[in-house]
Amino acid sequence: MANVGSAQTPPLTARSAGLVACVACGRVHHIGTQVCVRCGAALSSRDTTSLQRVWAWMIAGFVAYIPANIYPMLETTQLGKTTSSNLIGGVIELVGYGSYGVAFIVFFASVVIPLGKFGAITYLALQVARPDPTAAHSRHKMYEVVEFIGRWSMIDVFVVALLSSLVQLGSAVSIQPGIAAVSFALSVAFTMVAAMSFDQRLIWDTDKEPTL
Amino acid sequence: MKSAAPSPLPDDADLADLVACPVCDTLHSMSHVPIGQKARCVRCHTVLITPRDSAMTKIVMLSITATVLMMAAISFPFLQLEAQGLSQRASVIDAILAFSHGWTLPLSLGVAATIIVLPLFRLAAIMYALAPMAIGTTPARGAIKAFRFAEALKPWAMAEIFIVGTAVALVKVAGLAHLTLGPAFWAFTALVLVTVLNDNFMCRLTIWRTLEARKPHP
Repeated sequence: MANVGSAQTPPLTARSAGLVACVACGRVHHIGTQVCVRCGAALSSRDTTSLQRVWAWMIAGFVAYIPANIYPMLETTQLGKTTSSNLIGGVIELVGYGSYGVAFIVFFASVVIPLGKFGAITYLALQVARPDPTAAHSRHKMYEVVEFIGRWSMIDVFVVALLSSLVQLGSAVSIQPGIAAVSFALSVAFTMVAAMSFDQRLIWDTDKEPTL
Repeated sequence: MKSAAPSPLPDDADLADLVACPVCDTLHSMSHVPIGQKARCVRCHTVLITPRDSAMTKIVMLSITATVLMMAAISFPFLQLEAQGLSQRASVIDAILAFSHGWTLPLSLGVAATIIVLPLFRLAAIMYALAPMAIGTTPARGAIKAFRFAEALKPWAMAEIFIVGTAVALVKVAGLAHLTLGPAFWAFTALVLVTVLNDNFMCRLTIWRTLEARKPHP
């Protein structure tokens, strides 16, 4: 691995060379080319609508996350008596069973990941306005973590689906899914789209205007 | 992989030998990467190319395996619950239908999509795009579209998350009743392992370059 540029001169990018790269397949084209000749994806040197879409999807995700915390996730009917538990209630219940490991997984997937994601995406979207070559590596790591881990929040939705299909023992005990499962799933999907909408190249751009 | 040296604008054919990092836009001139090695971006260290030995054949074979396992995972019983003489069996389909009453109906479709439909579509698209590559002929009509579709589906195919969700559900119910794991549970677990292995063989850039190189010229 050899790098021609030194630490002072940033590496030559496709944009500074007057080219446009395809983020799907890595093919390089002359600037102004609209569609990638290799994979057919739409080309843009920098996705100018990226941040708008990031904000829109993230706000949608945040709005959906609020009812997910308020309304019940599960409704358990035991001998005619119905109790409902929400997101946090499910975690507390697991701690009550003594399953600390699993309680931690569920807590992590349904509280820490979503909140961490909102924080991380907000931070990254705000920092695009202040490019900093020394912080690019840590921001890139942060984005990778957000993108990788975001889908795992869906664990809780699948747990609800399995429990309510399995625990149907007539009048003895039955579990019904609550409306919070829907808003939680929507919140996860919206924040996934928010993370995908982010054009990662913005993290690495240290020059504001294209230097053609 | 080297950072490309600044030079006058090359013509379009020369551009095919350049690779831009999808993460940070750094230009690299393509050099030969030995099989089993990884070529990383000089700036952000994203893996650009990881060619594997007979990757196309392996990917197609593993996709066929995954499809068969998916069929088993759908049709056999997934979990069985017993308590106080009562028993309840649930298949993967039952887990999907858990949300099918009232307000949670759209979620039923979402769960069906993420654990069965999208993974199957993705496998089908991969097989369609790569099977002709594996046997060394020209790509099928629309192979490029099919592979792009498969790439777009990747984050939405959530079989592995479903299996971890199952583990959590098992712990939640374990105190309440006796649980038996059905054959579909093991099929699903195997499916997850095969999918991880399959994605490991998949080098996007190599596949795209192969598809481009073998594209029939009209």
